[in-house]
Amino acid sequence: MLAFLIRRLAQAAVVLAVVGLIAFAMFRFAGDPVNQIVGPDTPVSERAEIRKSLGLDDPVLLQFGRYAGNVLRGDFGISYQFRQPVTALLAERMPATLELAFCATLFALTVGILMGVYCALRRETVLAKLFQAISLVGVSLPTFLIGILLIFLFSVTLGWLPSYGRGDTVRIGGWTTGFLTVSGLKALILPSITLGLFQMTLIMRLVRAEMLEVLRTDYIRFARARGLTTRAIHFGHALKNTLVPVITIAGLQLGSVIAFSIITETVFQWPGMGLLFVQAVQNVDIPIMSAYLLLVAAIFVTINLVVDLLYTVVDPRLRTSVGRTA
Amino acid sequence: MRECRACWHNFRIRAPAPIAGATTMQRRCDAVTSSLKNALLALGLTLGLGAAPAEAQNVFRFAFQGDIKSLDPYSLKESFTIGMHGAVYESLITRDKNLKYAPQLAESWETPEPTRWRFHLRKGVKFHDGSPFTADDVIFSANRVRAPGSNFQTNVPGDAEFVKVDDYTVDMKLKTPNPIAIAQFSTWYIMSKAWAEKNNAVQPSPPTATSPSYAALHENGTGPFVVAEHQPGVRTVFKKFPGYWGKVESNIDEAVFTTIGNSATRVAALLSGEVDWIDPVPLQDQPRVESSGNAVVMAGPELRTIFLGMDQWRDELKDSSVKGKNPFKDKRVREAFYLAIDEDTIAKRVMRGQATPSAILIAPSLYDRSAEIKRPAYDPKKAKALLTEAGYPDGFTLTMDCPNDRYVNDEAICQAVVSMLARVGVKVNLNAQPKAKYFAKVLAPGYDTSFYLVGWTPSSQDSHNILYEIAGCRNDPKSGRGGWNLGNYCNPKIDEIADKVEQETDAKTRDAQIKEGFDTISADWGYIPLHQQALAWGVSKKVTLVQRPDNMLMLYWVSKQP
Repeated sequence: MLAFLIRRLAQAAVVLAVVGLIAFAMFRFAGDPVNQIVGPDTPVSERAEIRKSLGLDDPVLLQFGRYAGNVLRGDFGISYQFRQPVTALLAERMPATLELAFCATLFALTVGILMGVYCALRRETVLAKLFQAISLVGVSLPTFLIGILLIFLFSVTLGWLPSYGRGDTVRIGGWTTGFLTVSGLKALILPSITLGLFQMTLIMRLVRAEMLEVLRTDYIRFARARGLTTRAIHFGHALKNTLVPVITIAGLQLGSVIAFSIITETVFQWPGMGLLFVQAVQNVDIPIMSAYLLLVAAIFVTINLVVDLLYTVVDPRLRTSVGRTA
Repeated sequence: MRECRACWHNFRIRAPAPIAGATTMQRRCDAVTSSLKNALLALGLTLGLGAAPAEAQNVFRFAFQGDIKSLDPYSLKESFTIGMHGAVYESLITRDKNLKYAPQLAESWETPEPTRWRFHLRKGVKFHDGSPFTADDVIFSANRVRAPGSNFQTNVPGDAEFVKVDDYTVDMKLKTPNPIAIAQFSTWYIMSKAWAEKNNAVQPSPPTATSPSYAALHENGTGPFVVAEHQPGVRTVFKKFPGYWGKVESNIDEAVFTTIGNSATRVAALLSGEVDWIDPVPLQDQPRVESSGNAVVMAGPELRTIFLGMDQWRDELKDSSVKGKNPFKDKRVREAFYLAIDEDTIAKRVMRGQATPSAILIAPSLYDRSAEIKRPAYDPKKAKALLTEAGYPDGFTLTMDCPNDRYVNDEAICQAVVSMLARVGVKVNLNAQPKAKYFAKVLAPGYDTSFYLVGWTPSSQDSHNILYEIAGCRNDPKSGRGGWNLGNYCNPKIDEIADKVEQETDAKTRDAQIKEGFDTISADWGYIPLHQQALAWGVSKKVTLVQRPDNMLMLYWVSKQP
């Protein structure tokens, strides 16, 4: 087990290093940061000097090596546009992204499971067919379009919900939360739905398919034969066994919800890390871009590691095979 | 069947078969329900706390596509940021609603001799931290603005020496007469010497700094507003400064700035009344804003001129079918390009009427005699004849560089130019890219372009800037002359004129010299000016404000019906 863990941690380190290296190789195609941080009438000589002192003329490998060295010392650099430490900027933006991801996942899980169960139990009803149709829309419409449609319906036409931002936030220690104000909660609704819609349809379809499978199995038939109530059969026995893959999926998807909230954050001007990243790309703010990419890689690596570890805990068969190869 | 199901799961999501222990699952379910409970708890808590105090204040909310980059007024020359700094910092001499000089921290000024300017400072002015404003602050700011790392070094003449006469009088001594020495004073904001020294902000923080700068996140100006909150890239809150020395036209108590990068969201926020001002409104959304009934589009002319440049420097164009020579070195080819482009159609169709065709490289409001210079009419026949005469009866091919996220409809303008040139036989391959990549290609040191589109606003709001930066010969990399002359159009006569214009103090003679300069550019067909794009502010009908052609929003002219 320990050997397994050590091997996985080593792999994780390699993944992070490779992500960093690929990122650095790609920054060369993002454009020239110097033109974004000086005004139009900055003389050529000064531009050259800035470029040199930022080390942008050095070969990619050297730039990467220098960056990796700094990162290992815990120094992620200073943002070109904001002249602030990247770690402080990311920490400032992280609560917004995490709260949004949490709400989106919560929305996807509750609504997705409810709709999925309903569709499985009442397959032939009009409502079930409507849910199926909605889920197709959710899977096929691009996120930014859904977001803009929601804004135009609920903000511009009806005027119920805000179209941008987080509303008022409350600061608790280093964390800013939108959960404690009315405007903060209202601001969460549209972005959460936009971000969670895809996961919701995924979960709904998964639950429906799983539930239909489970309902056909022998133990459900026996349960019926024993004369248990439908309620007990559906929710006590069938749903429980349906949820295992759902929770696995939801866990894995949480990573992508955090990492790919970029589009939702852009549409709703949600002041999270994804928005910071998009602004950084537009302005070729290399320190922010690299730190964000490393962070996302780290999130994915961690989630995968946890999931792998959980498998071995949950399933004894995997444990023995791990033991044998180790 | 059971086997099959397990395989399918392993294949799809690498999950264990659903025979997994019910206890684990139960625990997970509990986790979900408990987080649900927490959310409900939070909701209940909120409804309890929900009685937020009503906003008695008059709050102006506004959104721009970009950020207020830094609060340090010497860090980045970018119109919107400079305008915002103008709400909290003040300059010796400002510009009024018509861009004319107006006294601010200097009550008056005079030039006892051509090389000496005397400024009489306003008394009783306080910085936001309560300390008084004196001549020392002016001298400190004059040094700081010209220090390395400042982006505003050219705002104050480099050879100027500032001398304190008494606490409220400052002399600026120059080596040579300079009629436009104060042209950029309006964006040279005065900082407090004591405050900067106390907070280790004596030097402007250069783009390459490795430690955060205090002045980038805090301000201490003398202006009518203070920054109450500043989250870079998210939001900034301005509040009225109670100790302000003057009377303020604005009736707002608080102004909340938010960046909204996405155009659709920005327009939605205006239409739903969540913000009172946005910039810019995309051309295609302007009719909808107008018809909404609660907002209007203010579309005055901008100072920026959009123009095309040609590489007149390389001996052979890059990526062209013409080998061994550069067709743009032939004046007839440049004239043919100029005449082949139908700017009226571009202004009408591509810009949907939101552009004013231009004959020179400077906005008409910045040069009094601009009306005397006329734009030659669109004439594709003559263009074709000129190309034939120059030896290109079948035209030639070349590549055009164009940004696609910098100016209003920039890529669409370039596409129109490409199709117009195709009509006279010139095949143009369009290379449209985001600004970060575009400027990296066409600017120094590579100047890697044959034919390009750029927009320019003279920061001094004076023609000398055009004759020097855009039309000056780019022969000495050490000097700033020709810094934005990407195609190196070079006529030594322009350099001579620019040098004269720089020192001429008689307005009439100076205007005549400038006219000669612009006429020379026209006669050489050195550039192809296209148009001044229109500004595109979306403004709530509850708000009255002033739109200056320099595209700066000045908070002290904003009023809102409470």
